[in-house]
Amino acid sequence: MKAWDAIVIGGGHNGLVNACYLQRAGLDVLVVEKNDWVGGAATSRELTPGFVYSNCSYVCSLFRPEIMRDLELPRFGLQVISYEGGAVFTRDGDYLANYRDHDAHRREFARFSRRDAEAYDRYARDVTRQCRFIQPLLMRTAPDPTSFRPRDLGELLYLGKKFAGLSAEQMALTLRFWTMSISDFLDEYFETDVIKANFALSGIIGTALGPMSPGTAYVLLHHYMGEVDGSVGAWGYARGGMGAVTKALAASFKASGGTIRTGAEVDHVLVNRGKATGVVLAGGEEVYCKLVVSNADVKRTFLKLVEEKELPDVFLRRVKNFKIRGSSGKINIALDSLPEFPALPRDSPVYRGDMHFTDSIERMERAYDDWKAGRWSADPFLDMVIPTTLDPTMAPPGKHFMSCFVQYAPPKVNGLDWTDADRDGFAESVIAQIAEYSPGFRDRIVHMEVRTPREIEAEVGLTEGNIFQGELTFDQLLFNRPVPGYAQYRSPVGGLYMCGSSTHPGGGVMGAPGRNAAAEILRDLAKSTSHMSPAHEVI
Amino acid sequence: MAQATRKKPVAKTADAAVSARIAVQSHFRTLRLGTPFQPRLDALAKTQEWYNWAGYRAPHSLWDEELEYFAIRSQAALFDISPMTKYRIEGPDAEAFLDRVTLRDVTKLRPGRVHYTAWCDDEGFVLDDGTLFRLSPTRFRLCSQERHLPWLLDSAIGFDVIVEEETEAVAGLALQGPTSFAVLRDAGFAGVEKLRVFDLAAFPHDDTSVTISRTGFTGDLGYELFVPADRALSLWDRLVAAGELRGIRAIGYTALNRARLEAGLIVANADFTTAEHAIRADRLRRPDEIGLGFMIEPQKAHFNGRRAILEARAKTKLRHVLVGLEIEGNIPAEHAIVYHKKHLEVGLVSAAMWSPMAKRNIALASLARPYGDTVVEDLWVEIYAMRELQYQKLMKRAKVVARPFIKLDRRTANPPADF
Repeated sequence: MKAWDAIVIGGGHNGLVNACYLQRAGLDVLVVEKNDWVGGAATSRELTPGFVYSNCSYVCSLFRPEIMRDLELPRFGLQVISYEGGAVFTRDGDYLANYRDHDAHRREFARFSRRDAEAYDRYARDVTRQCRFIQPLLMRTAPDPTSFRPRDLGELLYLGKKFAGLSAEQMALTLRFWTMSISDFLDEYFETDVIKANFALSGIIGTALGPMSPGTAYVLLHHYMGEVDGSVGAWGYARGGMGAVTKALAASFKASGGTIRTGAEVDHVLVNRGKATGVVLAGGEEVYCKLVVSNADVKRTFLKLVEEKELPDVFLRRVKNFKIRGSSGKINIALDSLPEFPALPRDSPVYRGDMHFTDSIERMERAYDDWKAGRWSADPFLDMVIPTTLDPTMAPPGKHFMSCFVQYAPPKVNGLDWTDADRDGFAESVIAQIAEYSPGFRDRIVHMEVRTPREIEAEVGLTEGNIFQGELTFDQLLFNRPVPGYAQYRSPVGGLYMCGSSTHPGGGVMGAPGRNAAAEILRDLAKSTSHMSPAHEVI
Repeated sequence: MAQATRKKPVAKTADAAVSARIAVQSHFRTLRLGTPFQPRLDALAKTQEWYNWAGYRAPHSLWDEELEYFAIRSQAALFDISPMTKYRIEGPDAEAFLDRVTLRDVTKLRPGRVHYTAWCDDEGFVLDDGTLFRLSPTRFRLCSQERHLPWLLDSAIGFDVIVEEETEAVAGLALQGPTSFAVLRDAGFAGVEKLRVFDLAAFPHDDTSVTISRTGFTGDLGYELFVPADRALSLWDRLVAAGELRGIRAIGYTALNRARLEAGLIVANADFTTAEHAIRADRLRRPDEIGLGFMIEPQKAHFNGRRAILEARAKTKLRHVLVGLEIEGNIPAEHAIVYHKKHLEVGLVSAAMWSPMAKRNIALASLARPYGDTVVEDLWVEIYAMRELQYQKLMKRAKVVARPFIKLDRRTANPPADF
């Protein structure tokens, strides 16, 4: 029977990135995907005729340009288009916009506070400095601080040197940045509620923390360190929806000779004498290979796909305690016309950006309070975009696709599994909020897909529907991601690797975990990595 | 408890402040604002060459960038400085506050005087340079390139002082050149002849008053005028009418930039990077590193950055120096790399030109000490002159020279001459 060189479990973007790099290194790679389509959380799906939904992830910034080039993704159809800013609507009938133009941005802030308007440059400088510190770490394997291997020492030295290169003030700021709350951080720059809310939202998206929880300043950084074609911090739409990313990856993989099996759910990983030897599919079929790479999150991988007896107890306990909490939901809406917002002039560029209705950190924190109590937020935080204002491929002319990322949604409602009635109630809280700022909104809805953590876990396989495959808190970053001692994409089982967002540097449709894992695997196989570009220099 | 019910978050307030805020939403339609003088500039803008000056549409040139320069040096040139950031600083503690935050000794700045100064962060790195106008014992105007409101407000804690940004409310105009005094006198600003360099006084204009100072950015005889924005056009018209027979011309920034370089003056974020914008730690500069050491008065009361600045001096931790260069030949060395002995890279030219007044090839450059400081021999610049799609690479000898590159007696003559 055929033994593949490698089997990648899960056809998400990281699994595909990993598979592409391995295949291009000359391995014979099989990707097995439980759904009938690839993409994981980066998909475009036509769920109602004529409308394509980016039904999980919905915007793109973090996906590394080095990977796009290495894997020839533009040739396979990937295009990312920068979008045009955004806004937070205020309860007094106004809004605070983010404009791309520096001076327009300042004038907009000055409508609320002249002081805050002039504080932005210093804020931007400090955040940029932190991004520049972290960016080069994204495409490197985190060092193991307990190891004395020359490579780990070298990487530690690199980290140390980078850190030592900072001034005393910057060192302090870096440490604070990695540990403090976004609310406290913003208090050091701004005085106006809505302006703080405007920035704080990047500190909570995807995380089961509130803006006042320590660690959320780093989450903001995580959202800022991407780029669209060199424009650092910019976000864009993948033309054709986020599925364009994985569609291009799949095409690139196949073009280099790779094989994908969809509708092939893995039941468990075959382990023989501490070494992975293949996978058993849900139907019982056994597929053999020399090594297995799991794109699934660390909990799913080690608590569902590998038998407990194969794992050391400390590792198992840490995996069980790994924080991967459901905190968000998603509503995808097909609209028969562009919604109107009376507060927003019709010619505003904000329609082509991201929109929000939570105009204070206080309200964000209250929304989080509901999550802590096991409820979805009565007054949710939305990150809402209408990609069809820039992408003509996702809906018929004049019609629109709207993506609403919703926080907070607990993994269980009052300790019980989500029911269909809960799901409808959750959706109503979102639609009601939008409709308050956009009269007639309900009448424009052609079709709607509501995804609570229940749906996201069931379809995509993300534990609790956590979009980052694990919280991005300092205790779960760098050499502690996912768990201490296993931050280098390897696991206690020989030949079983991890390549999902549970690993360094984390989630956000970055592709870096998949790439870095491929580099480690090729290193173990003593194969060349010359087809992998090093990280672009930060100069 | 079951799922909480939703509280209606939209509160309707008919607040005047909210209405005022909403009324100015439409700014997004005009990314480059016009200044209060825009109708006059637009009427004269034959080249239609504009650039973005702090969010305003400002002219690179209006009719001919070469000839506009000669208007500064031979007649009188009008240059719109309205986009410059302006702060009103007023109160019983205004003097003490400004003495605390800026480098120079403000207690020595008498009412009716102006001085060129700079200010630093706590580590002694330059936040900006600018001019400080003392309009009265308790009222000042601080003009600068960058914006500093949060820093000024935070620094003002504990001082009885009001800090208010007044960039949009106050229009500014520079009138520079040999006939500038005659133009002002002919325009009826009686007593303007009494103004010595760095003096200022208020003069009646159109039911309000205009502040005229004998200051400028050209190294020439010249004045700067500040007026409420709604009286800007009548001031312009008054000057143009009076100046018609004395060759008054409106000019753009390219011409002014040449004049300022001959005068050896530096521009923030062109010749050095301001501390609030420097992403890279090694781009920060102390006053001594950009030629502003003369502003530091260690004997004055405590000022921001004092300890760090003095410590850097004492421990010779100063790493850079800004110098004037005279370069052989006549090819401008803009952004050229400076070498020692033709191979060791020691710095960068930030501004350069052939000076019509000095008949020399001049430049400003930042060098890594000791070069430019104690080692001034054997310096070279590598000029890449693009000529018909080919670089002519030139290695030219550079000599460190004193600034200003030109010194015009008419700038300081008292009383000022007619031309």
